[in-house]
Amino acid sequence: MSNLAILPIIIPLIAAIVLIFFNKRVHISRVLAKLFSIISLGTAGYITWYVLEHGSVILETGDWIAPYGIVLVMDGLAAILVLTTNVITTACAFYAPHAGLERRERFYFYPFFFFLITGVSGAFITGDLFNLFVFFEVLLMASYGLIVLGGEKVQLRESLKYLLINLFSSMLFVTTVAFLYAVVGTVNMAQIAERVQEVEQQGIITTIGILLFFVFATKAALFPLYYWLPKSYIVPNPVISALFGALLTKVGIYSILRVFSLIFVHRTDLTHEMFIWIAGLSMIFGVIGALSTSNIKLIIAYNIIPAIGFILLGIGVLNDSGISGSIYYLVNDMIIKTALFLLVGIISYVAGTSDLRKMGGLIHYYPSLGWLLFLSAAVLAGLPPFSGFIGKLLLLKGAFEQGEIAIVIIGLLTSLLILYSIVKIFINGFWGDKETMGNIEKKPIKGLLTPVFALLALAVLLGVGAELFYPSIESIAAYLLDPEIYIDSVLKE
Amino acid sequence: MEIITAILAGILFATAIYNMLQKQLLRIVIGTALLSHGAHIFIFTMGRLKTGQPPILIDGIESYTDPLPQALILTSIVISFGVTSLLLVLAYRSTQENGTDNMEQLRGNENE
Repeated sequence: MSNLAILPIIIPLIAAIVLIFFNKRVHISRVLAKLFSIISLGTAGYITWYVLEHGSVILETGDWIAPYGIVLVMDGLAAILVLTTNVITTACAFYAPHAGLERRERFYFYPFFFFLITGVSGAFITGDLFNLFVFFEVLLMASYGLIVLGGEKVQLRESLKYLLINLFSSMLFVTTVAFLYAVVGTVNMAQIAERVQEVEQQGIITTIGILLFFVFATKAALFPLYYWLPKSYIVPNPVISALFGALLTKVGIYSILRVFSLIFVHRTDLTHEMFIWIAGLSMIFGVIGALSTSNIKLIIAYNIIPAIGFILLGIGVLNDSGISGSIYYLVNDMIIKTALFLLVGIISYVAGTSDLRKMGGLIHYYPSLGWLLFLSAAVLAGLPPFSGFIGKLLLLKGAFEQGEIAIVIIGLLTSLLILYSIVKIFINGFWGDKETMGNIEKKPIKGLLTPVFALLALAVLLGVGAELFYPSIESIAAYLLDPEIYIDSVLKE
Repeated sequence: MEIITAILAGILFATAIYNMLQKQLLRIVIGTALLSHGAHIFIFTMGRLKTGQPPILIDGIESYTDPLPQALILTSIVISFGVTSLLLVLAYRSTQENGTDNMEQLRGNENE
């Protein structure tokens, strides 16, 4: 059954290759994309069930025994993240045909889309640090293709900066892997974790850990390395922004979670204490950014940063409730960010602008759109009983147990401001007289709303049915907090 | 030998970063290319430099060359080659569309 671990990489890869041949036939591409994403979702669902039921699935590629070959480790964390990724991409595949991509669908949108999923799934599954770099490059290459798709002036300008910052951090990643290789003589994560304990000079290990943190923090857009994110995420089509916002930064934060719960756990007073403060600063600066603008796409893009901050907070406190909170919030945020990006995509489509100052009175034309936005604001800010609440409750409980009162207060205030930043879209965009924007023509948005509705239903289910999901999340957190289980399962000693 | 290559990698890094901090786009592209060279030489050095040893691991062989850094560099070279060529095309196209290759003028504040 160990071949199960590679299926989430292989299926999107095959889909991408097949779709290259149908690039000029948009109708066939659309059907195939939906079909492949559903197949992939089904497989991911089965894998998640299997992993949670029977424990990690480990594939030693090419029959090279670990640690000599590359291992793929499908454990609980990887499995639920792969499942969430597939949920999001299925929603995006159903949204894309209505998203006004026009010519872009003929210029290899779908192949890039599936290559991106290949890279993201691979990064979640791999158990090898250098292989993680390779999968980062796979997903970045696909994202370079997606961000520039359309070739508008502003897209070219912003994608250039996006490419440069990612190229720089990738090279830093390679250099850091080289450092680590020189010290421990391996790139297999389980073996690194095992050998790190035996290194005499713990100082160099901590330095390498912090270097690696900078690499992942650039990808995850943490304070002070988030400056590249907001503008470059709003230039492509909303469906592409949704994919980026939901997946790319989350891969970065996942890598931090993996590496700093498995390998660099011996000097927590230095590294993890620093994380807590970076988390707090990310929350503050992100939410200030979101409040500072009246561009609705930019508001959502800035809201990525505090969310990443919240997840990092859980990693920083490194206890049971902190880590379960991080995982819960990670899954919740992937879903809700996609929904929000898709929603503002619809709003700017129907309003013909993304400037809040020029909007108003949309509720008279699109009531369901307005209420879905309101609901997603509630979920994002973490009002009970929605899923954001469960995640934040666990995170803040974890921080409280560690005695980090200041960060708890920052977290609570930030949540309030996040709610305000989204409700601002609701108030300025939807309230007001029917004639605020003149007599606008009603556009059909049913095809666009359905995937968003499905995502939000899932987000609400995650909150209301927390009893159902929480035990699995808790067991994954316990698993992450004990690196020995991971090491033993990979090296089979 | 390790010392020399380590210094070489350091010089490449320094030149790369100096170039990346320039305003002209082409200099930045050259900077990224130099940066990847520096990183590759660095990986190579980190695997210890030995000549004339076989890259195998059998009982009885005391001294051997580590084959892993070569594999890592090869992968990394392919990737950075691809990214650099993409970057060149993108820089060319961006310069044409925006009418400038000066990063100072490519800031763009109209979205705020």
